[in-house]
Amino acid sequence: MSTTAEMLLTVEHLTMRFGGLVAIDDLSFEARNREITSIIGPNGAGKTTVFNCLTGFYKPTVGRLILNHPKSGNTYFLERMEGFKVAQVAHVGRTFQNIRLFGQMSVLENLIVAQHNVLMKASKFSIAGLLRLPVYMRAEREAIDLATYWMDKVGLTDKADWDSQNLPYGDQRRLEIARAMCTRPVMLCLDEPAAGLNPRESLELNDLLVSIRDDHGIGLLLIEHDMSVVMGISDHIVVLDHGRKIADGDPAAVREDPAVIKAYLGEEEDEELPPEVAQDLATSGTGGKP
Amino acid sequence: MAYFIQQLINGLTLGAIYGLIAIGYTMVYGIIGMINFAHGEIYMIGAFLAIISYLVFGDMGIVSIPILLMGMLVISMIFTAAYGWTVERLAYRPLRGSFRLAPLISAIGMSIALQNYVQISQGARVKPIQPVVQGGFQLFTQGGFAVQITYLQIVIWVLTTALMVGFTYLITQTSLGRQQRACEQDRKMASLIGVNVDRTISLTFVLGAALAAVAGLITTLYYGVIDFYVGFLAGMKAFTAAVLGGIGSLPGAMLGGLMIGLIEAFWSAYFTIEYKDVATFGILVLVLIFKPTGFLGKPEVEKV
Repeated sequence: MSTTAEMLLTVEHLTMRFGGLVAIDDLSFEARNREITSIIGPNGAGKTTVFNCLTGFYKPTVGRLILNHPKSGNTYFLERMEGFKVAQVAHVGRTFQNIRLFGQMSVLENLIVAQHNVLMKASKFSIAGLLRLPVYMRAEREAIDLATYWMDKVGLTDKADWDSQNLPYGDQRRLEIARAMCTRPVMLCLDEPAAGLNPRESLELNDLLVSIRDDHGIGLLLIEHDMSVVMGISDHIVVLDHGRKIADGDPAAVREDPAVIKAYLGEEEDEELPPEVAQDLATSGTGGKP
Repeated sequence: MAYFIQQLINGLTLGAIYGLIAIGYTMVYGIIGMINFAHGEIYMIGAFLAIISYLVFGDMGIVSIPILLMGMLVISMIFTAAYGWTVERLAYRPLRGSFRLAPLISAIGMSIALQNYVQISQGARVKPIQPVVQGGFQLFTQGGFAVQITYLQIVIWVLTTALMVGFTYLITQTSLGRQQRACEQDRKMASLIGVNVDRTISLTFVLGAALAAVAGLITTLYYGVIDFYVGFLAGMKAFTAAVLGGIGSLPGAMLGGLMIGLIEAFWSAYFTIEYKDVATFGILVLVLIFKPTGFLGKPEVEKV
């Protein structure tokens, strides 16, 4: 795709073991800035585990997760960072398969609390905040502006005061993405954002994700089962099966890859029945006939 | 009627003390789901620090009552907050992620440790203090019974109201409060949007301890005597207040505190004073049986 896109995330030899279970086995891939990189694979392939390693929930058994921050130019080793610093310093945002909003906060508050790092810095240990100094008021206005922008973008402006737990499912999904964007990330990890959406909502989601990539210039990492979303908007696809990478490339190449077809549909040889069973069937078949 | 109003005044004052302590219980429960049984001792330490700072200011020759009160308030809040922070750091943080009962046992241990620490370092005898704020005025007299409000009671009400308003503002309107509520609702998610969860929990303990220190100061001024054991009973009653209002709910803690204060005052006035503790804890039993979520607590709804 775009040749100017720089490297955003480099995953090197990532391995995650839980006791004897190897969830991810020597996985290496790269994700570029301003691109949508999809991670696909059958259930249990280790996709969410990759995200959990990236966002500091798990410490990888082996491997490196290198993030090149495009704005500051710094390099961060995500596997060494404490959980909250991944978001605060490295600016990695994330959404969940099962939505995790702050249910008892309003839509607006959900978007403002995501910007608390900016606000806390401006409030100088709350002092400027409590005294309502101009420096804090400006930061607060900017925070509200950004929140308003995202509410507009995901179509929740008229529901700004709703407790987020009372929103319909599709709205909750979009609010979660908006909240992640309010943390001003350089990389956004989306874990099955299209799950449970109807076809129309799913199309809107495509537009939203493409707009995040193109208008906001950040890299997206996407886990998704809905192939219309994956094939429609991905620039690059990584296919996992049983924790191993089996294919890596653009959508057209991945679609044709025999290893991918095998993982998803099973081998053709599997369709053949073992000889004993075939024989049994044959005999019972003839025996059944009068 | 006059007698009733007098008891109302006394009850509200007592309720202010319980309310301030109850906030500490309810906030800690809200954020880490644990009953901090050492909170009563934190309150007791606040009371001791108030007496110590009173004596130090006395030695320095400060006699102006407003300055003396402000000084006692600030000193006892700061140092008690430091105790609150230390208790969390030493006794609870290492046990985070351990099984649920572990920090609870640690809290009980911390409570005993702090009690003995004060007993050894300050002595076991009761500590008296001279009345700092004296006088008052009569509201009215009815049938030979004069209804009195002391100046101290007015100071207590003003102080408590100001603190509660300020505190509610802090939690509902500021970035700090939003951060705290975010941790309360989903700690993992909070850390994913960059909230330093450990620091927020520490802050919760610091704020709770500072409010308990104010309650300690008020007790010192109002009753004039304290000992190393005051924290236990007051702590248990404040806990009752938090449960009564609905544990985890901030306005609930304030309301519960006032109710416990009033119940105690009226029970002492109209029934037997010896049984006032029985009345208070009887209420706890009734609430736990008939409305376990308390008055303002939200029942936990599991969405399927």
